[in-house]
Amino acid sequence: MSLLLSGEEGFTPPSTADFNLPPVFGDNPYTTKPIFLVFLSVIVVSTFFIAASRKALVMPTKLQFAGESIYAFVRNDLARDVIGHEFMRFVPYLFTLFTFILTNNIFGIVPLLQFPTMSRVSFPYVLAIFTFVIFHYVAIKHKGILPYLKEIMFMPGVPKPVYILLTPIELATYFVVRPLTLSLRLFANMFAGHLLLLVFILGGDHLLKGVIGLKLVSPFAFAFGIGLTFFEFMVQCLQAYIFTLLTALYIAGALADEH
Amino acid sequence: MAIRTLSNFAAGEAANPLIPHTAELIVGFIAFSLLFLVLRSKVVPMFEKAFAERTDAISGGIERAEKAQREAEIALAKYTSQLSDAQGEAQKIREEARVQGAGIIEDLRTKAQEEAARITAAAVASIEAERQQAITSLRNEVGTLATELASKIVGEALDDQVRQSRIVDRFIADLEKSK
Repeated sequence: MSLLLSGEEGFTPPSTADFNLPPVFGDNPYTTKPIFLVFLSVIVVSTFFIAASRKALVMPTKLQFAGESIYAFVRNDLARDVIGHEFMRFVPYLFTLFTFILTNNIFGIVPLLQFPTMSRVSFPYVLAIFTFVIFHYVAIKHKGILPYLKEIMFMPGVPKPVYILLTPIELATYFVVRPLTLSLRLFANMFAGHLLLLVFILGGDHLLKGVIGLKLVSPFAFAFGIGLTFFEFMVQCLQAYIFTLLTALYIAGALADEH
Repeated sequence: MAIRTLSNFAAGEAANPLIPHTAELIVGFIAFSLLFLVLRSKVVPMFEKAFAERTDAISGGIERAEKAQREAEIALAKYTSQLSDAQGEAQKIREEARVQGAGIIEDLRTKAQEEAARITAAAVASIEAERQQAITSLRNEVGTLATELASKIVGEALDDQVRQSRIVDRFIADLEKSK
């Protein structure tokens, strides 16, 4: 595709380079757009929820109801239903996780911001490390370090020779695959989504500059880009949900006694 | 330009999207921790408070209603038993009153009969006494009169029928005058 288009007028298709935004102030790496967006998300989320929860009324206002709905979703549908009776300890973490990821994802389609922060892999890495540390810490505290390792490496109720296969797989699952898939799933979805939008919007824009035949095609590219924006919104919400749900599941597994 | 980007990606240099950036890692860590602390200290407790108060308001209301109903039932049972007690009492009182009334009537009747008998006896006695008295006085008077009349008759000429009649008339007139 890039060859086809660049052959005509030198169109540069969007690439991974479009995610490497330069610092706003000089060479300071702390002044890039993703970093500003992350701080913005902290401000937006805290302001919204503090305003919504400040009065804690029995009969909620519209604002409190909106905030409560999101909180209750994480608290009841994610934490309580997945983790069980000890869920309340993990609600603050899961709530922060969900709102933080959701806000940063939605930045991808908010006009003027239009950059999903989670398409910068560092942020999903950080979140995955948090989850990784928490669920291992909970498991070790709940079961003790040796029983926990034993449970991972020698799953009960399995014929001994199978351990040759199973033990490496289980170890890899708990210590490599879980954090890696958690972060890469989020990152890749946001990355690919943003790339798709770039292709259709920039492509449509480029077609508009072409000959009359190409100009006629251009609206279709834009229309598709708009359609994809709605699709992206769905993916952004879904990914925030999945990340939080998996974290809750890992914590639930850490608290669960031997099967 | 496109080729340059592609070659960058293939070479795995700065454009490799899987390589994290130190600045972003640090910022991500700080930003997320900050948000966590804010939400945990300011937001979660307030929402929990609202939830707890709401639950309390609802279940407390139900509890109060149940309590009120229990109290109402107890009061109803109490009033019902009191009412049946009162009805029993009233029945007893009516029964006693009827018995007493009958007794009183019986007494009065007996007394009245006694009185009547007494009055009748007194009247009979009094009549008898008066009759005796009348008989006694009449006997005396008749004797006297007879004696007087006889003497008067004897005093006049008794053969003359006219005279005799005149004497009798005069005697009676005297008798009436003397009264």
